[in-house]
Amino acid sequence: MIRVDEEFLGSLDGPFDAAACMSCGVCTALCPMEIGSLPRELFRHAILGLAERIRQQEDTIFSCLLCRSCEASCPAEVPITENVRILRRHLVKHQLGLGE
Amino acid sequence: MPLQKKAVLGILSDNLRRRGSVLPLSRRLHTRWARGLGIPLGGETVIYTGQMYQLIPAISKMARRMASLEDSWLTRVMGAGRVVNKVLNISWFLSRARRRERAVYDSMLRDIALLLRASGVEFGYLYGDDMYTGALVHDQGVDSALAAHARRVVAALQAHGVKRLITVDPHTTHMLRSVYPQLIEGFEIEVRSYLEILDERGLVPREMHDGPVVVHDSCVYARYESVVDSPRRLLTSIGAAVVEPELSGVWTHCCGGPIESLFPRRAHEIAARRVEQLAESLSTAHVEAAGRGEQGERSQRGTVAVMCPICLVNLTGAAEASAGRYRDISRLLADSVIGDRARWLARRERGQKALPAAQADVEADPGVLPSAP
Repeated sequence: MIRVDEEFLGSLDGPFDAAACMSCGVCTALCPMEIGSLPRELFRHAILGLAERIRQQEDTIFSCLLCRSCEASCPAEVPITENVRILRRHLVKHQLGLGE
Repeated sequence: MPLQKKAVLGILSDNLRRRGSVLPLSRRLHTRWARGLGIPLGGETVIYTGQMYQLIPAISKMARRMASLEDSWLTRVMGAGRVVNKVLNISWFLSRARRRERAVYDSMLRDIALLLRASGVEFGYLYGDDMYTGALVHDQGVDSALAAHARRVVAALQAHGVKRLITVDPHTTHMLRSVYPQLIEGFEIEVRSYLEILDERGLVPREMHDGPVVVHDSCVYARYESVVDSPRRLLTSIGAAVVEPELSGVWTHCCGGPIESLFPRRAHEIAARRVEQLAESLSTAHVEAAGRGEQGERSQRGTVAVMCPICLVNLTGAAEASAGRYRDISRLLADSVIGDRARWLARRERGQKALPAAQADVEADPGVLPSAP
């Protein structure tokens, strides 16, 4: 069963901004890491509040090169790398226990 | 089993909190590059290394050790390593680099300093207070460690009365120019890369560069800080035939460096892919040079110019037999503009002594940056 955490987006440390994403897939197609869920699917999980899915994708989130190749091509100008950093901050604090 | 993120990031952030850097270097090691250059302490305009070039040999050694741990049973005891590291700096043992490798990266910083001087830029250096900016910790999202460290860095800059920073690598440039102003209220120090300053002031080559140069852009310079044209103009000004690889400028391809600490094998794969693209451009440049009837090994073989020490270490690591064709851009520029470094320094010293006293005072003032950036 998929559990939706309605508070998830609000609990993130920073302005997670993927609302403009229209799921065109250019980011995923160009990503040098070639991980299918990076970054589009990952952001969809965050927007939907699927906190558990985000936690399960720890490796994917930390695999991002932050190279901005996706961002340079995004037609919706989504701040992709900043969003990834925000998800990392969430995992660092709540999953890895390195927040303090 | 992959490397334990909690242990790796924990060690790096503990080091930043307790020892001032993700992989702490002694003051002697991180300031050694400046020996004999007579760079004054402090001033309004300073060269800021952020210890990035000095850290590369240690990072490289650490990454090799991490790569050997990846998928081994030892990853299970990495948590214990972090506990020990809080008391005893085990990262020092893991990252102890060879003297020769350290000397190579130190020489790049010396070249950058000489190029700035050759362009008439006067600057100081903070020596022990030239601190790592926390780029890796920022990228990994360990912001609690970063904020406190950034305050220490800024306090040191303020204590020295610094108004302008000349940065030498893309990561330090980005941290100080774009991240620190968001972290530290009122941070208004001007930050420019040495490539931008040299481009603005112009270079006077003593010997023109012979042969094609393939440009590998750093993702951070090209896509975060818009430093794309300056390196090309500088290379062209020394006579290099600039060759653009398949992916260049804002479309450049990553070197894999950002995931080296957690996924070393994948990082190496990314670097190898980039090396393939660059090798193709070198091959094309070689054919074109031969077609123009250009003589000499260097004019036909070509070189890859790299402007980030992290890119350089990753690409040379993946390039194997052709690693010698990868050069930091500072080396190419200094070979053309400075030539024999020791002679250039000796000539400059003689010139300084010959200056009238008043003029010499002005030139020695690190706060004076003609046409301040």
